[in-house]
Amino acid sequence: MASVSTMEASRAAAATETRRIPSDEELRAMTQDERVKALGMTTDQLHGRSMYVEFDPGETERFTYPWAPDVDFNKRTEIDTDDMTTTEVNRKIRELMQEGYGTIVLKNPRGKHSLGVGILNRLNLIIEGSCGYFAVGLIDGPNVRINGRVGWSCGENMLAGTVVIEKNAGSTFGAAIRGGDLVCKGSVGSRTGIDMKGGTIIVGGDTGALSGFMMQRGRMVVCGNAGKNLGDSMYDGTIYVGGNIRSLGVDAVEAELTDLDRKWLTRKLNQYGLLPDKGVDHFKKIVSGKQLWNYDNLEPTEKKLIL
Amino acid sequence: MAATQHPGSETKTPDEFHAEREKEIGQHIGYRYDVNLVPDYDRITPFLTKYMEVMGWDDLNWLEDIHMGYEDGKAAVFDRNNNSWVRVPDSIELPDNQQDRDMIARELLIKYQMSDRHPLVMLRKAYMKF
Repeated sequence: MASVSTMEASRAAAATETRRIPSDEELRAMTQDERVKALGMTTDQLHGRSMYVEFDPGETERFTYPWAPDVDFNKRTEIDTDDMTTTEVNRKIRELMQEGYGTIVLKNPRGKHSLGVGILNRLNLIIEGSCGYFAVGLIDGPNVRINGRVGWSCGENMLAGTVVIEKNAGSTFGAAIRGGDLVCKGSVGSRTGIDMKGGTIIVGGDTGALSGFMMQRGRMVVCGNAGKNLGDSMYDGTIYVGGNIRSLGVDAVEAELTDLDRKWLTRKLNQYGLLPDKGVDHFKKIVSGKQLWNYDNLEPTEKKLIL
Repeated sequence: MAATQHPGSETKTPDEFHAEREKEIGQHIGYRYDVNLVPDYDRITPFLTKYMEVMGWDDLNWLEDIHMGYEDGKAAVFDRNNNSWVRVPDSIELPDNQQDRDMIARELLIKYQMSDRHPLVMLRKAYMKF
């Protein structure tokens, strides 16, 4: 047994020694399939290996991804996007980050769709004007300020960072958001935070129907009114509403506002200049009733009662 | 009632939390911590303060959703970038307070995600568009 382990260990060591990681230049010349093989991602023997991963307490202190360019917030530039396509603008943002620019201002966005998507680094992005669909989706880290309005699905699948919209936003605001703060100082359309899995969505005005639909985690704060079916089929997470709620959705129930909630709400709303003059005591807190958690275990008659 | 009423001052053993929640919902659940617990900023660590400063954030941002849970009975943190649990080594002594544990979880996760040994580094090399 011991000799088998020794053999396996020496074989693994030999494989590591002989496998040279190709340079980026060499990888560029390969097809994707060749790249995967050259990096040993399909040839490694998993036999006998433990699959669990453990933190290393001595890990180097680093705050951005290893591949992320080092940017300086004080290095600022502007892009006039008037005659550019969305692809050209997004490519230009990446080029400027490589040059170390940490503050980028986009002028004349003219409602372009998918502006500023997929930024995985710290960055101050200021958009002077309004954006179309899917603005700043899939971002992981940047602080974005949009001085105008945004269309559907702003900040969808956002992972981290802050996004502040000064005016109104369209439907599915923050769809499937996983982390970060997504703030609209005006009102938003329907299905806000649909399928959200984390993060915080803050709406200064009103939100439309089916907000928080299938919400799984995270927090949504609506300072104004909420449309019908709020929090429909929510699995977990919390919704705070300062105004009136037209109706609650299936399995959304009101809960008691705790001191921890009040403290968190006050801090968060203050941070974005949205704290109402009368404070946060009037906010209603909506959570999952958890009746759908064991949906499969319910008898058909009970299902009818719930639905 | 709602899990948000959890005051965050006590720590439950994995088995206690597990049993309580599973009894409540009548089926097995994957995570064993209060997903709705908001962080207590009085307990923030110097590393996390520096992280917030570097990123230009006024608070913990996405880390507000990070908690210390358990994998196979061992303290662990879920890494969304890797879609898996990462275990806390036994050499790290854990405090008896969930808020303090969460702060440690956040610190460990950031260090791991930003390290060269994170699987995303190799995946990116293999699948990135040059």
